[in-house]
Amino acid sequence: MPLQASYEIESVFFRYGSLRSEGPWALNDITLRVHAREILGIVGPNGSGKTSLLKVLAKIVRPQKGTIALYGQSLEAAAQEEVARQVAYVPQDNQPTFSFTVAETVLMGRFPHRHRSRWGYGFGWDSRDDWAIASQAMTTMDVTHLAERSIMDLSGGERQRTVIARALAQTPKVLLLDEPTAFLDLQHQLEICSVLRSLKEDRGLTIIIVSHDLNVASQYCDRLVMLKEGAIFATGRPMEVMRPDVLQSVYGCAVLVDAHPESGLPRITLPREGVRSRQS
Amino acid sequence: MTFSPPPASSFSDRASNASSHKSVPLENVADVLTVGTAVLTRSRWFRVMAILLTAAFVLTILCLQVGTRYVSMGEIMRTLGRAVGLFTIDGNESQITTDAIVLHLRMPRVFLGFLVGIALASVGVVLQALLRNPLADPYILGVSSGSALGVSLAVLFGVGTTAWAIPALPICGFFGGLLALFILYRMSATSDRLPVHSVLLAGVILNAIFSALIMFVTSIMEPNRSFSMMAWLMGSLAAPGDQTTLWFSAYLAICLGLLFRQVGVLNIMTLGEEPARSLGIDTERAKRHMLMTAALVTGAVVSVSGMIGFIGMVIPHAMRLLLGADHRLLLPASAIAGGAFLMTADAFARSFFAPSELPVGIMTALAGGPFFIYLLMWKKDRLS
Repeated sequence: MPLQASYEIESVFFRYGSLRSEGPWALNDITLRVHAREILGIVGPNGSGKTSLLKVLAKIVRPQKGTIALYGQSLEAAAQEEVARQVAYVPQDNQPTFSFTVAETVLMGRFPHRHRSRWGYGFGWDSRDDWAIASQAMTTMDVTHLAERSIMDLSGGERQRTVIARALAQTPKVLLLDEPTAFLDLQHQLEICSVLRSLKEDRGLTIIIVSHDLNVASQYCDRLVMLKEGAIFATGRPMEVMRPDVLQSVYGCAVLVDAHPESGLPRITLPREGVRSRQS
Repeated sequence: MTFSPPPASSFSDRASNASSHKSVPLENVADVLTVGTAVLTRSRWFRVMAILLTAAFVLTILCLQVGTRYVSMGEIMRTLGRAVGLFTIDGNESQITTDAIVLHLRMPRVFLGFLVGIALASVGVVLQALLRNPLADPYILGVSSGSALGVSLAVLFGVGTTAWAIPALPICGFFGGLLALFILYRMSATSDRLPVHSVLLAGVILNAIFSALIMFVTSIMEPNRSFSMMAWLMGSLAAPGDQTTLWFSAYLAICLGLLFRQVGVLNIMTLGEEPARSLGIDTERAKRHMLMTAALVTGAVVSVSGMIGFIGMVIPHAMRLLLGADHRLLLPASAIAGGAFLMTADAFARSFFAPSELPVGIMTALAGGPFFIYLLMWKKDRLS
């Protein structure tokens, strides 16, 4: 059954720096097809290009070579606002400089949908629809009780949930999340994973997650992409990718892989090797 | 109106609510988000602006009263009435004197003070947002030093002393500013980007170089000229003539219009360039336009009135502490506050040691410093 593609990525090369810089490629010949309505996990060691790939998909940076099509349209040709209406990006860290309130921050997610007049971006008052959507996003991410608080006063996890709410307020078709569970406590980790699941199932979103946490990736993603040094090492379902031999080649260390007692999906555990060598 | 979060529900409820198209009743939603200072509403914007504009108007009248000769409120109102044509002109001597003082001496000065204050405060707000630095001020780009150098060179070569060349001083200053802007851009722009840290660094370097040159120029000038040069550098609203003021106002109206029309973008730009891009802003174009316009405004302001400090950095900061960080209110509010503040400071500067004048830059620092300390103590928890 042919699945509709959300992203079709062809031979993308990307490196940081200006147009004329030389240096190693952060993304080295990436060809990938992301299906619509799937949760895709991007995993790999530090420096393997996970965040770069996400930024390229959000059109935050431009690849030097290659093409990307989003729902059939060329990403290169699309205007930044057009992309922002369809794709929401949640960065890994969010250090605020000014003390906007949580409500104001979430409302910023409505900016791409604001009407542009000839007089620049105009004044941009928020409409009642904007308030409704933002309010719903805040409820989903459990930050409504923080609405009047300044974003600078929040804990890392609360700030992360606020920024995810901002992305939800963009009402995107694609959600790109960089380490969404990094600062979250257990309860909120579970919540966000179930929120993402239901967004995919009920609203038909495509969700792409970068995660260091292999177990989160394994449990909650439909497919995984394993990157190594900027290139794709393996793609497939968690069962196929989370294998000891694959993990050994990519991460350079042996890990234990067994089945999660409830779901049967791969569960990755660190071995006792480190402890043993210190004792001897 | 008290604010209470919705009753606790399980994860799956919340998740399925998020994904269903069941809408929350809009009246409750509006309440939830507009209570207190959670978000900026139209009514709050109008309220704050009305208060600020009224205060500014009252201060204007008070400033017109103050000077070498005190003019009472009643006399001011009658003068204004005569100017507008409401009252008839009797032609008696005290009326003519009062009219001359208020309309031809003080009004232009008060007007210029308000204008310069608006310009400095607006540029301060824009630069703090673009450079993501609450300590940025209009002089951080180095364009102001370029303008000051232009004016000092003009004074050194005697350009400003001949009668016909009175508007020439600001023109020289303006070209100095343009030169500085050109150098700034060449130093910091790469082939496709204008990195913020490069701009900041280039500004610091330009300030250092131009300041050294200004000191050199001042040192080789004739002593009496060098003294008035230093006084001017500290900021003065006395120098420009009416024609300069008129050109300056027209120029400012255009540039500030360009800046103000981008106010919707400023909030998003404070998030950082990558989040701003993810929300649909062409950050390179926005940065370029706004930095250029801010630099052009600063260059013009310094050419006309010297380097009046404190307003560009502290007024935006103070307004942010009082009103919140939303630039849709912050920008116009800071502009009005900056204008009123400078106008008032100038009124003190010209009347404290009447008939001689204190440089207004000293007044702004002396008056504003303690006020800002007070504000910081009061709002310690809402810094920046």
